[in-house]
Amino acid sequence: MSDVSINSAIREDEAGFGDFFALLKPRVMTLVVFTAFVGLVAAPVPVHPVVGFCAVLFIALGGGASGALNMWWDEDIDRVMRRTRNRPIPSGKVAASDAMAIGLGLSVLSVTMLTLATNMMAGAMLAFTIFFYVVVYSMWLKRLTPQNIVIGGAAGAFPPVVGWLAATGSMAVEPWLMFAIIFMWTPPHFWALALFMRGDYDDAGVPMLTVTHGRRATRQHILIYTVLLAVLAVGAAFSAIGGPIYLAASLVVNLMFLRGAIRIWRRDEAAAEADNFAVERGFFRLSLLYLFVHFGAILVEALLWPYGLGGWG
Amino acid sequence: MSIRATHEIHERRFGRNLGVGLALLAFVVIVFGLTVVKVTRGDFDAMMANEEQN
Repeated sequence: MSDVSINSAIREDEAGFGDFFALLKPRVMTLVVFTAFVGLVAAPVPVHPVVGFCAVLFIALGGGASGALNMWWDEDIDRVMRRTRNRPIPSGKVAASDAMAIGLGLSVLSVTMLTLATNMMAGAMLAFTIFFYVVVYSMWLKRLTPQNIVIGGAAGAFPPVVGWLAATGSMAVEPWLMFAIIFMWTPPHFWALALFMRGDYDDAGVPMLTVTHGRRATRQHILIYTVLLAVLAVGAAFSAIGGPIYLAASLVVNLMFLRGAIRIWRRDEAAAEADNFAVERGFFRLSLLYLFVHFGAILVEALLWPYGLGGWG
Repeated sequence: MSIRATHEIHERRFGRNLGVGLALLAFVVIVFGLTVVKVTRGDFDAMMANEEQN
């Protein structure tokens, strides 16, 4: 008698809880939590802390669910790219079908719970966000068009709108301004990454702008989007979500961001290779700070509002 | 050679089960808290009143 039959079910690389949690893309989830929270707080309707906490939690869970479904669908790409080959599915720790089940289950749970905790509009918008990210972006357009990042940016820009809807139950211009900031910010952020993560998208066959239109065109696109973003982000200072603090912070960060984009635009590949893409890497890091500063400033303005200090008075 | 009572895989499975258990517990607490808030604020009364009007 042997113990072969018993041991056949044991796999050395069996997934732990952390591997399943990694399916939810925790780093992306922090951005979702932060921007949804700002959308919720910036709304002109007070929200009970418990309801607000639940709203942000279920929006984050919805974001995580779409992350899991994205990993399930993009398994073949993730396997090829250096940046993603250690994710739970390509590394063999989690089965793709499990990721799909978790993604679908959490999608239903998050939309249902957000609807029950807040209102129908917020639930419907969360459902649309998941649909947009998984079906429109991941399944349809990501492998079809070099503008994939622009479309993906829209998917990532919905959380503040959902947060706002959770608080108010109705639409306004301000959440769409927050949407527009993230939407315009995403392309330069990811194109900078694509410039210094050379080869990854080539190998995976994803039609990234660097692959389809070349690196020169990508540098030009980064500059164009950064200029448009600066106009939009500074302009938002004069809306109901802005104020003097936001204006000052936005001016400083946008000047830094514009300077970075101009430096990227003026460089050629030889110069970039010579310093191992130091400018592009710096621009990518700055882009993370950029979003944090803008949404942080919107949050500060909203928190100061009850004391007569936020906004333009 | 004696058979080891626990293997690294058992620890990993225990961690996974513990994680799922805590997540479920957290969910129960959240739903309970949410219900308490909604009942205390009278959200359900307003909903019933709306339905009666319709």
